[in-house]
Amino acid sequence: MLLCGLCMKQNNMADEIKTFKVTIDNITIDVAPGTTILNAARKIGGDVTPPAMCYYSKLEGSGGKCRTCLVEVAAGSTADPRPMPKLVASCRTTVMDGMVVKNMTSEKVTDARNGVVEFLLINHPLDCPICDQAGECHLQDLGYEHGKEGTRYKFARRTFVKEDIGPYIQLHMTRCILCYRCTYVADQITDKRIHGVVDRGDHAAISTYISKAISNDFSGNMIDVCPVGALTDKTFRFKNRVWFTKPVDAHRNCENPKCCGKATLWLRGDEVFRVTARKDEWGEVQSFDGKTGWICNTCRFDKKKTSDWTIDGLTTISRHSVIGTNKYKTLTVPEETVQKVMHGLNPKLIMDIHSVSEVNNQDIHLSNLNRPAQAADFSKSGQHASVSRETNPGVKQLKDEK
Amino acid sequence: MSRKLLLEKAHVEGIRHFDVYRREGGYRSVEKALQMAPADIVEEVKKSGLRGRGGAGFPTGMKWSFLAKPEGIPRYLVCNADESEPGTFKDRYLMEFIPHILIEGMVVSAYALGSNKNYIYIRGEYAWIADILEAAIDEARNNGFLGKNIRGSGFDCEIYVQRGAGAYICGEETALLESLEGKRGNPRIKPPFPAVKGLWDCPTVVNNVETLAAVVPIINEGGESYSKIGVGKSTGTKLISACGNINKPGIYEIDMTITVEEFIYSDEYCGGIPNGKRLKACIPGGSSVPILPANLLLTTAKGEKRLMNYESLSDGGFATGTMMGSGGFIVLDEDQCIVKNTYTLARFYRHESCGQCSPCREGTGWMEKILKNIDEGKGAMSDIDLLWDIQRKIEGNTICPLGDAAAWPVAAAIRHFRDEFEWHVKNPELCLTKNYGLAHYADPIHVPVTA
Repeated sequence: MLLCGLCMKQNNMADEIKTFKVTIDNITIDVAPGTTILNAARKIGGDVTPPAMCYYSKLEGSGGKCRTCLVEVAAGSTADPRPMPKLVASCRTTVMDGMVVKNMTSEKVTDARNGVVEFLLINHPLDCPICDQAGECHLQDLGYEHGKEGTRYKFARRTFVKEDIGPYIQLHMTRCILCYRCTYVADQITDKRIHGVVDRGDHAAISTYISKAISNDFSGNMIDVCPVGALTDKTFRFKNRVWFTKPVDAHRNCENPKCCGKATLWLRGDEVFRVTARKDEWGEVQSFDGKTGWICNTCRFDKKKTSDWTIDGLTTISRHSVIGTNKYKTLTVPEETVQKVMHGLNPKLIMDIHSVSEVNNQDIHLSNLNRPAQAADFSKSGQHASVSRETNPGVKQLKDEK
Repeated sequence: MSRKLLLEKAHVEGIRHFDVYRREGGYRSVEKALQMAPADIVEEVKKSGLRGRGGAGFPTGMKWSFLAKPEGIPRYLVCNADESEPGTFKDRYLMEFIPHILIEGMVVSAYALGSNKNYIYIRGEYAWIADILEAAIDEARNNGFLGKNIRGSGFDCEIYVQRGAGAYICGEETALLESLEGKRGNPRIKPPFPAVKGLWDCPTVVNNVETLAAVVPIINEGGESYSKIGVGKSTGTKLISACGNINKPGIYEIDMTITVEEFIYSDEYCGGIPNGKRLKACIPGGSSVPILPANLLLTTAKGEKRLMNYESLSDGGFATGTMMGSGGFIVLDEDQCIVKNTYTLARFYRHESCGQCSPCREGTGWMEKILKNIDEGKGAMSDIDLLWDIQRKIEGNTICPLGDAAAWPVAAAIRHFRDEFEWHVKNPELCLTKNYGLAHYADPIHVPVTA
């Protein structure tokens, strides 16, 4: 009996240790062992999630390079609660049970991250006004959140000799931040790797060896993984700014068995300006049925007619971008809590504010005014919608006092 | 005269060749080791207190005991002979003149670790030494100390020499492994450490040339007696590559009990500074360790004489101390300019950064440009603080220690020689023709008296 009891207890324990508890910025979450700190933070979402420029969950071996996702580990685990001596790259550090991580609550992290952003920007051309990536550039977002006005860098920015890598992809090496994502695409998605990093240090460059054109069927996915404007779509170059186009989800039955056929079309009217893979809220290509939705070059570059596609509907783009307005979903609508606290009852109208106040008159259309609304605009007595500032009674009174 | 363990027979004629080496008592340790259990050899090395001679000074026995030993998966021993640290040339000497001591040490270590295939990753510029090692390996194989079933023990051991292609970064152990696998020499992100996932994802130990050579006297004399040489946790002997403004540059084997002062001025070692010049500063452990002014070099902040060993050199932390590093002892006399020296080092690290992670890739270049400006009399006062801020943001935030190695020399130069930097900024024309000189850098340090 005793033995049996012990066995049961052990079995129970084995069942219990399925997830690890990790606390990130005072928010505790249960995740599977082997999850990285970054992915745990993405589950929580919001400001708790460190930015990541080089990590790409769909590309094996990526991450650890850009150092923007550095976090402080205040306690290693329940078993060994010592803090880690250095900041760690959250994208490549797996969680331990009872780990305590500080991201935005750590001054050290903010300081280091600001430093990394400065390093990334000192040699970046900052040619956003003429860069096709503007508006969906991760470095732009990062600079907006962590960068400083002005630069301390007094020297000429690094430039590279332009290299032509074929008819579909434009390589702008000066904008590259060497995240290595595109080389992983070449390694893992395309059949034959003809793309890599040459040279080293601050003169390291991505390149196709001996200027070979990238003719592989899936090479276009390099454009989608590039966080900056180093690799852009030649068929879309200078055609439009992304925020003027309307993204819609669409699909087609692609002949290529490896192509997922699900894409985002970027429309202006009925014209397809650009085709990209569908991306999630972290800017990564979405997965469908456990498979990453890479698309082939035919879908991306050649199918530029709406008749080629079946349109599924508007794309909801959840981005934290500087210009992520209009079509972009930027906020989640807060939950309605009145009914909840009133146990399902509807609130009762006690008093209509309009019966005692002149403001908030629903008959006045604020959009008809060419200026901010003033108290006089709501006055019930007169049609003061056209009153000018000089005749505003309040202003007049002030003048009289002088 | 201290005891020599590695260089004892260095001057015997023909010691490069097997016959002479064997006659002088070579390969005794292999014969002895093959009679022992591998675990006992690891235990001897642990007892000896041997610390890694490549620069970090990590206890070798402990490193060996971390090696994962899963069934059916090969383990590898890799010798790091990619000696590229400016100011360090001890491994070159060892491999060029006594190549068999490395091979002997590797066979013993390989037996202790259970590694059948072993690699020497040698710096590309040491082209002729690779040939010397290949010849020595052939001799050892012909005499039954390498190959299948060594001395009838049933242990197979092969050593291969692989030449690097001239990158400093490939001296970092994981970059070395990448390069050895035929890939671009980018350091890996740790963990996993090589002891778990190293060469071709198998458990691997990477040791410096001198570390592996030191295994020979440890096995011959026993770990216990090896640990009695030296002081504290600095056991055994250490090769120092002395260079710079000294009368007798070269390789010296010291037993880590002598003072820095004795090492620089005694005739047995560096023989003082030429032309009657005075000592200004010294980088005692290869270019990446912090530079120290003469006063802090010879005495610690506590007023004690500084000794040539791991603990004493690092006494006071980075505020007033430095590191033993790889033993590249660079002496600067009063005519040397610290700004120019720091610029030269910054240029080196900019050139050698692999470019994988952003702080090092961008920061090293930025530091170099600012230092060049200051050196050429175009600097501003704010540049000194900017340099400090840049190095602070590189240090500790990179994948591999190259970022730290690039940041430390700049930090130490500003910490101890800030007035020389300021003098350069304030005298933009004078600094092109004149030197700041010794100034107060050799003045005795005030030691606060404690009750």
